[in-house]
Formats: sequence, C-alpha cells, structure tokens
Amino acid sequence: MSLVHILALVVLAAGSFFLLVGSIGLIRFPDFYSRCHATGKSDTLGVMLVIFGLVLIEGLTLNSAKLLIILAFVGLTNPTATHALARAAFRFGLKVWFRKPPAGERPEGPSQES
Amino acid sequence: MLEHEFFLVLASVLAVIIFIPLYRVLAGPRLPDRMLGAGAIGTKAMVLILLFGFIFDRLDMFVDITLAYAVLNFIGTVAMAKYLSSRREGKP
Repeated sequence: MSLVHILALVVLAAGSFFLLVGSIGLIRFPDFYSRCHATGKSDTLGVMLVIFGLVLIEGLTLNSAKLLIILAFVGLTNPTATHALARAAFRFGLKVWFRKPPAGERPEGPSQES
Repeated sequence: MLEHEFFLVLASVLAVIIFIPLYRVLAGPRLPDRMLGAGAIGTKAMVLILLFGFIFDRLDMFVDITLAYAVLNFIGTVAMAKYLSSRREGKP
C-alpha cells in the first residue's frame, strides 16, 4: 500500500465525516436559513473530498477525468441550488429566527416577537 | 483486498447517514425544510452511486450515471425553488 493510497483513505474518511456533520446540522439547527448554512457548505465539502479521494485511488485514466468534471460540477451547483432555495424561501415569506433574549433583558436589534 | 472492504464500510456508513435528512423531509415544520432535506438526500445518493461503482469494479458505467444524477439533482432543486417562489406563505 503506497503513500497515495493512505492519503486517499484519509481524504475519504474526512469527506464522510463532513457529510455526517452536515446531516447532523440539518437536524439540530433551529431555523431554515441556518439549516441551509449547514447543508450548503458541509455537504459540498464532503462530496468534493470523497470524489477527490476516489480520483487519488483511480489514478490517471478517463474515469478520473470524468470524476474531476463531477467534482467541479458539484462545487459549482450545490451552493447555487442552496442559495436559490434560500432566496425562494425568503420570498415565500419565511421568518428569520432570532435567539430569545434572557428574562429581564430588553430585546435589541430587529428581533420581533412572532 | 483492503480497499474493497473500506469501500464497503464507507458505503454502509453513508447508507445510514442518508436516513438523517429523511427525518427532516418527513418531520420538517415548513415546506422549504422538506425541500432542503430532499436536496441533501440527492447529494448523498450521488456519492453512494460512485462508491457502488468502485465496489462492483464497473466505474466506467457508474461515473456516467453519477454525472446524470448530479445534473438532475441540481435541476430538481432549482425547479422546487421556482415553485416555492411562486406562492406566498399562508395562502394555498
């Protein structure tokens, strides 16, 4: 097992870790816009890392060229799709979530009671 | 063959991870949450198809399927966003 293969396995493990973190953020965050933040960046980085690890294992062939095309495509389109969805939700009229201020403290900023 | 086992383990882990956005699709409080969960499922399924290609040693076929799936996932999410921006909250 050469050094490139060990590096590829490490990159694959890191990519699946980022996919897991993005999924947990999709569950745990309180708001639609913060969920967009979780899944738009973590998932993109995870998919790109996994595909890069597969390219390292595959070597220099036609398939790895196609894999690099998929990598570039995902890196372009996944944040674009998330941004389009968030913009459409803002036009849809979805309220932005604000943290509730502690008791006995005046709310500041544009936080309105919903 | 250590790599083959590693791919098998990684595909199993990913197949479990896919169920986490499914919860958001089923229980999401609003409509955009469900759409976001559907997009996340599509992204993870793309990686799963690629890993299947490595497991079955038929990468030349599965890479093309993955490319088509990526395009379809993007167009599907944009179409859902278009549908969402054409209506207002509270109105049917």
